[in-house]
Amino acid sequence: MGKPFAEKIFSARAGRDVVPGEIITVEPDYVLSHDNTAAIAATFAKMGAEKVLHPERLVIVLDHCVPAADAKHAENHKKIREFVAEQGVEHFYDVGRGICHQVLPEEGFARPGRLILGSDSHTTTYGALGAFSAGIGRSEAAAIWATGEIWLMCPESVRMNMTGEFARGVGPKDLILSIIGDVGADGMLYKSVEFAGETMEVMSVAGHMVLANMSVEMGAKNGYVAPNDKTAEWLASRESAEYEAVYPDADASYESELEYDVTDLPPMVAKPHTVDNVAPVEEVVGTAVDQVVLGTCTNGREDDLEEAARILEDRTVASGCRLLVFPASREIWREAMKSGAFEAIEGAGGIIMNAGCGPCLGAHEGVLAPGEVCLSTANRNFKGRMGTPEAEIYLASPATAAATAVEGRIADPRGYL
Amino acid sequence: MVKGKVWKYGDDVNTDVIFPGKYTYTVTDPAEIASHALEDLDPDFAANVKPGDVVVVGRNFGCGSSREQAAFCLKYAGVGAVVAESFARIFYRNAINAGLPMVVSKDAPDALVTGDPVDIDFTAGELRAADGKVFTFPPLPPEVMAIVEAGGLVEYVKRRLNR
Ligand code: SF4
Repeated sequence: MGKPFAEKIFSARAGRDVVPGEIITVEPDYVLSHDNTAAIAATFAKMGAEKVLHPERLVIVLDHCVPAADAKHAENHKKIREFVAEQGVEHFYDVGRGICHQVLPEEGFARPGRLILGSDSHTTTYGALGAFSAGIGRSEAAAIWATGEIWLMCPESVRMNMTGEFARGVGPKDLILSIIGDVGADGMLYKSVEFAGETMEVMSVAGHMVLANMSVEMGAKNGYVAPNDKTAEWLASRESAEYEAVYPDADASYESELEYDVTDLPPMVAKPHTVDNVAPVEEVVGTAVDQVVLGTCTNGREDDLEEAARILEDRTVASGCRLLVFPASREIWREAMKSGAFEAIEGAGGIIMNAGCGPCLGAHEGVLAPGEVCLSTANRNFKGRMGTPEAEIYLASPATAAATAVEGRIADPRGYL
Repeated sequence: MVKGKVWKYGDDVNTDVIFPGKYTYTVTDPAEIASHALEDLDPDFAANVKPGDVVVVGRNFGCGSSREQAAFCLKYAGVGAVVAESFARIFYRNAINAGLPMVVSKDAPDALVTGDPVDIDFTAGELRAADGKVFTFPPLPPEVMAIVEAGGLVEYVKRRLNR
């Protein structure tokens, strides 16, 4: 029997046959950190370490609270810039470059066959480009800076086979929400999840990223999409270093295989306060919302902004409802400027913000007041996530977000496309 | 060995209720981190928890963000161990790195309620309840136990760098 992706890459890295449950010591190709870099540096110092062993393997992106919301956040950023200069970290992306999970793919770090660990749970995103990538804690990032290595347990693998074609107004976000609702918040705990099947072949790389990004919301260690023609095209469109793709064996054996047919999938939402509290949009249509957030590392890409723009074109955001837009990177910001997406969104009354995480984690740029309701294209709706435990957060696709902004109430986007 | 009182909660306790995201970049003092432990889950916890107390929960404890203060806030609050049916992956790692012992047990969480006295012997892999009931659990893998025994990853790396 052949091996799934995770076992192949673990075996390749260990130089021997590795089976699920085995712990191996690995040297990640890159380690990501963001606004938490100063905290990691403090732990690094506590370890008695002085010089980063491989500064060229660090990728640092300021994105979580950018530009700084107050003096404390500004001081945090300043400390990070000083650390970067002191350690000679060349892969540093300051305020305005974008959200780490978009910047690493754009800058050529996230590539097929790479092993990337990041001090952020949505580091799983790079599996969309065929990398093995997973989130780790801050002390672990510090340990890698100091020693170059860390322990990892080889996960069991699960394959999800997607078939069918999405209906108009339905897409990858609806699919991943429905999968998470199906398997539950811990349904894929510790697992390596492979997204496969004919639907993945026609889905854009941005769509692959939505699935890999949210795989952590069902507990997965990593998500993976086998690099295909779309991946190759995406990689070829940017400056791209050498890479060697790792594929699962054709006869790989999985812990389980799940089948999903997207043909009749309706737009889906995750209701407050858990990501697996999922329902078809019909169930909540008409719920009044105070704010709509379009963007984040889940759905702040060109596809997403253009889909929303199609709905918002020649329409207006309902009075009493705020539409905040956060492109995932400066590149995407520029694209949306050129393509006319921004014009349509701004023309409808949407507020175009800078590339960054925005209010996604409740730090600034549109946090909620107690009693408010928000519909967001992000990946998490936990209590308190956007600033106060007394607000309610719904998660949905960019199309549903745009339709909702127009009505000021949760709306089914299919009527708009 | 850990001896303390049980604080019992349910399934899928996420990192936002263990340690709210709004504090992650601004609160750094251990005592202050401890004072926010489980703030949005049980506002009485931080003020009343005693050293050695044990947090007992259901499935998928610590799901959500990778923020390791979720593990450190419990450690700093004096929690002696977390007993769960299962842990979310990153939390599991963070707890090891914080030197916060974890016990995975399918049966113990169901049998315990808040206020129960328990003691846990990590070497023997035994959790003893007040009524004399004993629950056994598998010890942590040796690579991981070495880190917990060192008192957390920081100490572990420090020793390694000094070698
Ligand atoms: S956009 Fe939200 S989920 Fe993504 S990295 Fe930023 S804070 Fe995390």
